[in-house]
Amino acid sequence: MKNGLKKWRLLSLFTALAFILSGCGEPFVSALQPAGEVARQQYNLMILSAVIMVVVIIVVAIVYIIAITKFRRSKIGEDVIPKQVEGSHTLEIMWTVIPIILVLVLAVPTVYVTFALADQAEMEEVDEEGNRTALVIDVRANLYWWEFAYPDQGIVTAQDLVVPTDQNVYFNVIGHDVKHSFWIPAVGGKIDTNVENVNTFYLNFDSEAAENVDNLFYGKCAELCGPSHALMDFKVQTMSGDEFEEWVTAMQEVAEEEQQPENELQARGQEVYQDQGCIGCHAVDPTQQIGSSTGPNLTTFGERSYVAGILDNRDPDLSQEDNIKDWIRNSDSLKPGNKMPVYNEDDLSDEDLDALTEYLMSLKVFSE
Amino acid sequence: MSTVAQKKGFLAVLWDYLTTVDHKKIAILYLTSGGFFFLVGGIEAMIIRIQLAVPDNNFVSAGLYNELLTMHGTTMIFLAAMPLLFGFMNAIVPLQIGARDVAFPFLNSLGFWLFFFGGVFLNLSWFLGGAPDAGWTSYASLSIASEGHGIDFYVLGLQISGAGTLISGINFLVTIINMRAPGMTYMRMPLFTWSTFVASALILFAFPPLTVGLFLMMFDRMFGANFFDASMGGNTIIWEHLFWIFGHPEVYILILPAFGIFSEIFATFSRKRLFGYAAMVFATVLIGFLGFMVWAHHMFTVGLGPTANAIFAVATMAIAVPTGVKIFNWMLTMWGGSISFTTPMLYAVAFIPSFTAGGVTGVMLASAAADYQYHDTYFVVAHFHYVIIGGVVLGLLAGTHFYWPKMFGTMLNEFLGKITFWLFLIGFHATFFIQHFLGLMGMPRRIWKFLPGQGLDMPNLISTVGAFFMAVAVIVLLVNIVITQVKNVRVGNDPWGDGRTLEWAIPSPPPFYNFKQLPLVRGLDPYWIEKMEGNTKMTPAEPLSDIHMPNNSFIPFVMSLGLFIAAFGAMYQVSWRASEGESFVWALPVLIIGMLITIGAMAVRSLKDDHGYHIHKEDLLDDEEGGRE
Repeated sequence: MKNGLKKWRLLSLFTALAFILSGCGEPFVSALQPAGEVARQQYNLMILSAVIMVVVIIVVAIVYIIAITKFRRSKIGEDVIPKQVEGSHTLEIMWTVIPIILVLVLAVPTVYVTFALADQAEMEEVDEEGNRTALVIDVRANLYWWEFAYPDQGIVTAQDLVVPTDQNVYFNVIGHDVKHSFWIPAVGGKIDTNVENVNTFYLNFDSEAAENVDNLFYGKCAELCGPSHALMDFKVQTMSGDEFEEWVTAMQEVAEEEQQPENELQARGQEVYQDQGCIGCHAVDPTQQIGSSTGPNLTTFGERSYVAGILDNRDPDLSQEDNIKDWIRNSDSLKPGNKMPVYNEDDLSDEDLDALTEYLMSLKVFSE
Repeated sequence: MSTVAQKKGFLAVLWDYLTTVDHKKIAILYLTSGGFFFLVGGIEAMIIRIQLAVPDNNFVSAGLYNELLTMHGTTMIFLAAMPLLFGFMNAIVPLQIGARDVAFPFLNSLGFWLFFFGGVFLNLSWFLGGAPDAGWTSYASLSIASEGHGIDFYVLGLQISGAGTLISGINFLVTIINMRAPGMTYMRMPLFTWSTFVASALILFAFPPLTVGLFLMMFDRMFGANFFDASMGGNTIIWEHLFWIFGHPEVYILILPAFGIFSEIFATFSRKRLFGYAAMVFATVLIGFLGFMVWAHHMFTVGLGPTANAIFAVATMAIAVPTGVKIFNWMLTMWGGSISFTTPMLYAVAFIPSFTAGGVTGVMLASAAADYQYHDTYFVVAHFHYVIIGGVVLGLLAGTHFYWPKMFGTMLNEFLGKITFWLFLIGFHATFFIQHFLGLMGMPRRIWKFLPGQGLDMPNLISTVGAFFMAVAVIVLLVNIVITQVKNVRVGNDPWGDGRTLEWAIPSPPPFYNFKQLPLVRGLDPYWIEKMEGNTKMTPAEPLSDIHMPNNSFIPFVMSLGLFIAAFGAMYQVSWRASEGESFVWALPVLIIGMLITIGAMAVRSLKDDHGYHIHKEDLLDDEEGGRE
């Protein structure tokens, strides 16, 4: 009866562990709710190692609790001199060999997965015309913003990474100024964006998991890079393979045709955009300044989920318009140390700001 | 030289400590200054936790936050944990091996003053334009880009204090090899001495890479060299390697002496010899050796490739084996013993589950592919605080209570000690356990603020509440220390009653020459052996004769002061050159004067003979009290 109770407790411990872990965090940002093949393999390793470690802890706990309850001086008597045991070869060999076995149990899958995740053979595969079959994205990390270039498609975007689901997406990452680290917690582990070399890895975005989070994952910078390291967030918009093709085509077409302002305010905004020199850093053409822009490309700015990666456009209390204005007026306090100048009333009148905002919100390629 | 107790004025005491070469007084210097820096680092930690208590908080600014996190880490590792451990090594190791002092008392003093001035220099950055802000790891691309003098303070301060550490490490190696009492063979050395020995060897091999790295960075920042400037053909990854070739052994430099302290405590308060002594020694050496083979596990996400990652992953996991051996040996030491739950023993008992938790997350982190998720998140923060607080800090607190009577001749209050213990333990687990989950839930480390709506709010608040428990615990400890020293109730040789090693065979605190006659060591736990045979004292190994002692010296202080002054010159000559000689004209002269002071002091030391003095046999005979001062 008592024994059965103990077993029941052990079982419930495991259930509790699994339950706690799976309920942890928000699905769009938690490594504990894997949303892709890479994250799932890593999650499985985590669970395997956690289970082994829980077993170790339980064994230690049992010996430990017995030792500190059974051999208290208050129980044994004040004047007892215990036997001065030197050691025990059997015991010592036992607790050397068993840990070695446990470590091997973890080491084998670790080595296997480490090599599997580094396998980039698919990246070199080409179709009959010599075009690469896999999608490759060049990620360039800059002080507090991210550039995402699609070299085979000849387009570039920033801050909102757009990827197709259910296929391996290959990333070439590099840091432009200082070292950063590219991390989408729910979809897979991170890789550093070194300043001297390109690192390559792949991720796979699961369509079902993506639907659960409205096709929007959070990405983060994971390496200290300066004052606004904490705010160097980006977002990942996922879509099906077909939809992604459409998106690419739309992006490529935007470059070819001149966008006409829909109303006077927008036209005025476009003027402001030119006059204030915004265009100097922020291209509004997805084929311009690939890999060399000094500020995020704004071609798709109107359909981004966040302004500057931190101001939520879906927030019902704050409209996209408010966010854009907030950013232009207060970029330095919102993201300390970022490279964009602050535009106060003297630099940019309220009317001009209204117009500029209207123009920026009109920058869309893929939505109505 | 009279050994009769004398009342001294404050200035005389101060002068005594500024010039002392006595390992017991240097221990007190280490303990005091390490304790001070521990409080400074603790205050920085509290500000960090207050900032992260609620989402989108603006308690401190982004730049200041980065300075705080950098200084918290740097201070705690280099200026608190290591000096505090050096304090206990100095106080206890010479006594444990039956020596009258360390091998090089002058160097011992020099090591301390270098550390002290380096630490003061580093912390002066707060008042002179801003502290370093690139993390305690000071990764090259960020630290080269960092403006102001913060990183210069880091580089120069650590260079000076690092030299002190290296000197002290060498000193302990030589001391343990050469100064053991008759009969004290290697395999009879207490575990704390063994772990000091191994940690000192690690210092000898680990600090030179740091020194090299710091020199390269110094040249980059001060003279425009381009070792770490990728655009000029430099490479920042080199810094990461150099730093971690030092940085990982550093972890073992910290934890091994703590293991040693715990080993002494387990044996003492279980009234039982350490279970599997030989295995414990072997495990200590093996951990030290493997500690050099695993540095790249800090760099799994750098892109070293799967082969390097796999090799370093497996090597790292291997460390779990000797560590596991130690955990089981400690538990089996208690098994069958007679456990007395004094405050030091409480810390030791709490150490086992706390450190085991830190150890198992270490194995989880070693799994390279999974580490891509853990790396640079709060999971890592939780892990290393579990090993460093759950191992090193608990060890330091245990050591404080355990060795306090030996160092100061008074017993810390047990009731207050237990209050500190419980508050600290609860606070520690409340603060850090939940951080494992924060990391897995997507919270990167070193972030100034987190935004709401990511499921991170509640765990962060819990973590902050826990931190306050730890802060209160430390305050109670300080109160305890003050009360104890004011009451000043003196204790005898073996205040815990169950002392096993040589230090408990002599008065508390010991006379300045430690042993009137060197003791004869007849086995492991020599004092216990004598006690079991009904002796109250150690059998002497030599007839009573004159004792040769070193003279006090002010030169180590001056030497270190010279480097401290020179560092300011070295730093501001950059500004002087940048201003094309317009401002900071004093920088170069200060650099030269500082160096001249140091070189002059070295010349004096080399040219002037100092033969020390002898305590005469007759004086020793009269000195029944043990020459308490």
